[in-house]
Amino acid sequence: MSASSNSTSGLYSTALLTGLWRENPTLRLVIGMCPALAVTATVKPALTMGLSVIFVLICSNLVVSLMRNLLKPHLRIIMFTVTIATFVTICDLFLKAYLPKMSEILGAYVPLIIVNCLIIFRAEARASKSGPLVSILDAVGMGAGFTLALCLLASIRELLATGRIFEIPVLPKTFVPWLALQMPVGAFITLGLMLGLINVLTHKREVPEEEPAAAPGPGAEPQLPAPA
Amino acid sequence: MDRFVTLLMGFLSVVLVNNFVFTKFLGACPYLGVSGRIGKALGMGLAVTFVTALSGTLTWMVDAWILTPLHLEITRYICYIVIIAGAVQLVEMYVRKFFPSLYEAFGVYLPLIATNCVILGLCLFLDIWGTDNLLEAVVLSTGTGIGFTVAICIMAAIREELALADVPEALQGVPITLITAGLLTLAFMGFAGMIK
Repeated sequence: MSASSNSTSGLYSTALLTGLWRENPTLRLVIGMCPALAVTATVKPALTMGLSVIFVLICSNLVVSLMRNLLKPHLRIIMFTVTIATFVTICDLFLKAYLPKMSEILGAYVPLIIVNCLIIFRAEARASKSGPLVSILDAVGMGAGFTLALCLLASIRELLATGRIFEIPVLPKTFVPWLALQMPVGAFITLGLMLGLINVLTHKREVPEEEPAAAPGPGAEPQLPAPA
Repeated sequence: MDRFVTLLMGFLSVVLVNNFVFTKFLGACPYLGVSGRIGKALGMGLAVTFVTALSGTLTWMVDAWILTPLHLEITRYICYIVIIAGAVQLVEMYVRKFFPSLYEAFGVYLPLIATNCVILGLCLFLDIWGTDNLLEAVVLSTGTGIGFTVAICIMAAIREELALADVPEALQGVPITLITAGLLTLAFMGFAGMIK
């Protein structure tokens, strides 16, 4: 890396912060959509999913970053997925042992973290090109951004579909629940409108103030075209 | 005859009623990302169908005949992902050899089929549904792939039309696609009563 000493700390904070908003995986890059849509009917599973993803992302970023010099180009994707699959197995067994109910609700979506494009994307764009510390900070930032987006979506859906947040009633009893929001339809349309709203907000904000030049960190450009 | 009806029902179920894209959100990324042109969407769908059928069958065999008897269920996810990656590699080599123009058109998306949630999702759901014979596994795997193809082609057709529509500025791109997907899901819910 060509970062000089005084911009090193800037590199770290950029690594940590880009994931939260500027390159928020769900809201800005629109990757890793399956869990974002599937487990956000209520807040609790969304939070569990977010924390699981943070765990897997940190571990896989760390391991990929440590073995980045040993990777052969044509074998790297399979190395990434095997690494990720190992940590997902750990996470799945942990949930089964300590949170059996939550594990049942999340069902196949925990093992599906393996193919969450967010994790492979970060392994490819950041961890395979930078040192362990930057990779971990990047994982924390991206994971937190993902969790935040999931919880936001889930709280809107839970609030309007059941009148509760975190299973605590907040709306008066006279509120007629919008059951549709708990169904798949609700997931698609709520997220669509949310992204629309974000477009409006960022558009307003970005016109007057000029975007500061992006840090020369590796993987600053989200060039991966909407992976599977 | 009874067996045939069961298989047919299972097939229709994964294509229409329990379509992975509409009810389980699997494969949402290519569904929202790639499906801009109907020809490309069809090619993508067929490639995914082939990989799904192949890897669904293979993982079922490995799971039922190797992992379960040897009590190696703990390595299940790793085995699944390796089998899927292998199948994708096979398809990639085949397409590159025999359909070079299609290979060019797919570009980076082809290897990325390996991380398509539909495929791994199917392998996991075969286990959750308790599929207990090979024929059923083959039919369900193929059906899931076809269901994905149906979904992605419908979406591509709508988006071709959408390109000419006057969409509000804030909703252009992904938001309107998501809303379209939501309405499509609503339409497919009409099939829900078809099979018990």
